[in-house]
Amino acid sequence: MRQDTSMEPESGQSQTALTSPAALPNIEGGVSLTALRHSFGELQTLAGIDLEVPAGSVVGLVGPSGCGKSTLLELICGLREQTGGMVAVAGHEGAAERLARCAFMPQRDLLLPWYSALDNAALALRNQGLGREPARVAAGDLFERFGLGGFEAARPSELSGGMRQRVAFLRTLVAGKPVLALDEPFAALDAITRAEMQEWLAAALRSDPRTVVLVTHDVEEALYLCDRVAVLSARPGRIVAELGVPARRAEDRDAAVTDPAFVAAREEALRALHGGSR
Amino acid sequence: MRRYLLPAALLALLIGAWQIAASTGAIADLFSLEPYLAPSPAEIAESLWENRSLLAENAWVTLREIVFGILCAVAVGIGFAVAMHRWRAVHDATYPLIVASQTIPIVVIAPILVVWFGYGLPPKIFIIALICFFPITIATLDGLRSVDPEAVKMMRALDASRWQRFWRVEAPTALPQLFTGTKIAVVIAPIGAIFAEWAGSSSGLGHLIQSDTANFEVARQFATVAVLSAIALALMGLTVLAERRVIRWR
Repeated sequence: MRQDTSMEPESGQSQTALTSPAALPNIEGGVSLTALRHSFGELQTLAGIDLEVPAGSVVGLVGPSGCGKSTLLELICGLREQTGGMVAVAGHEGAAERLARCAFMPQRDLLLPWYSALDNAALALRNQGLGREPARVAAGDLFERFGLGGFEAARPSELSGGMRQRVAFLRTLVAGKPVLALDEPFAALDAITRAEMQEWLAAALRSDPRTVVLVTHDVEEALYLCDRVAVLSARPGRIVAELGVPARRAEDRDAAVTDPAFVAAREEALRALHGGSR
Repeated sequence: MRRYLLPAALLALLIGAWQIAASTGAIADLFSLEPYLAPSPAEIAESLWENRSLLAENAWVTLREIVFGILCAVAVGIGFAVAMHRWRAVHDATYPLIVASQTIPIVVIAPILVVWFGYGLPPKIFIIALICFFPITIATLDGLRSVDPEAVKMMRALDASRWQRFWRVEAPTALPQLFTGTKIAVVIAPIGAIFAEWAGSSSGLGHLIQSDTANFEVARQFATVAVLSAIALALMGLTVLAERRVIRWR
């Protein structure tokens, strides 16, 4: 049944609880890539990517380092222009329109040291024109829920790695966009914190489903958090395998990742990954 | 405590040695001078006390020149740095000229400016600003350049306009370097003030030094230099205080 909530997000009953001020267009945007190509001058980074991310689903992109995963994410978000092919977010192809619909969470948390944790989380709302106090109230509502209660006034340097990452995720979520583009969100964390954060993100997405494109080099993370996983080859990146996933953000991560179906899926993904990079 | 104790101890040691060398007549003998041309620290202190109202009057004049000069330098320096950072063409066009402006000998240009602007405040402010805007411009420009491009990208993805990216990311990133440039400026500003006053003035510490040179008032010259140093130190202290108040995240 849990799996169904992630597939049919409209039924998510606690959707409004997690989302901030205005009613947010949570899940109405799907992402569609057709024969997408990208080069840096002579260097070809992406060689024809075809990928569908249905609205409300979580799709993972795994691949060797340097295969263009992050570039692909920036293309989706409209932070970059493609060399060829098509990329559409909720049917919109223009870079500015894509940017308006995608919230991007970079690899490093990039919390601004001159703002408190709360003001960092509220950054998108401030940029969107909301006053300081209303923005704080809106972001503050989610602090407790994200395990950050009491740390509203803390400086980023006073937070642990996991907390910083949660503030960064909150900042992304509060932007109120239908598509979340997460670029190795937990790569900088230690293994234990990373597992905790995966469980935490799974819970967040269960209660507040979004369309998510998750880039990671951690196969297990992708298989645990995503509905589908696309495996990219080494540069120039192309999709060498697309896998369905057995776990889908199960509540008990430890049980999920040791399940025989999960282990088999991981084997398959690793085989595709290694085959693709040779 | 150590931070204040050590320089104070060194200063006391130097002044003590000077006092002994001067009061025994060693310095005057060494250079074959009349004793009043080689005053001891005690005599300088006495001159400082006796001339306190004269020194205060002239210090006020010079302090005003320095403060206005630095304020202009900060405004111009920030303006240049931001424009150079924002527009590549502005950077390429102005950078060589800004560097060249620092090769202009102040002693040459100061009298010309006095001819143009008269004996008043404007030529002094101009000269001080001319030598002070350089470290501020260069340091602030470096600060703006050190902005993390990933942070700018992140701000774009969070719907920030160019203006918001500047105020919320670029400006705070560059602030520490702005203060570094200002600290350098504050220390060189008094030198500019002295040159500016030498080129033509009717009051100020530089003017006082000039007339005392003509009259062999060596003790008062030293006293004037002490006042000038105190001004530089005080301005430095104020800048550091402002820095600590503004940059509280470090």
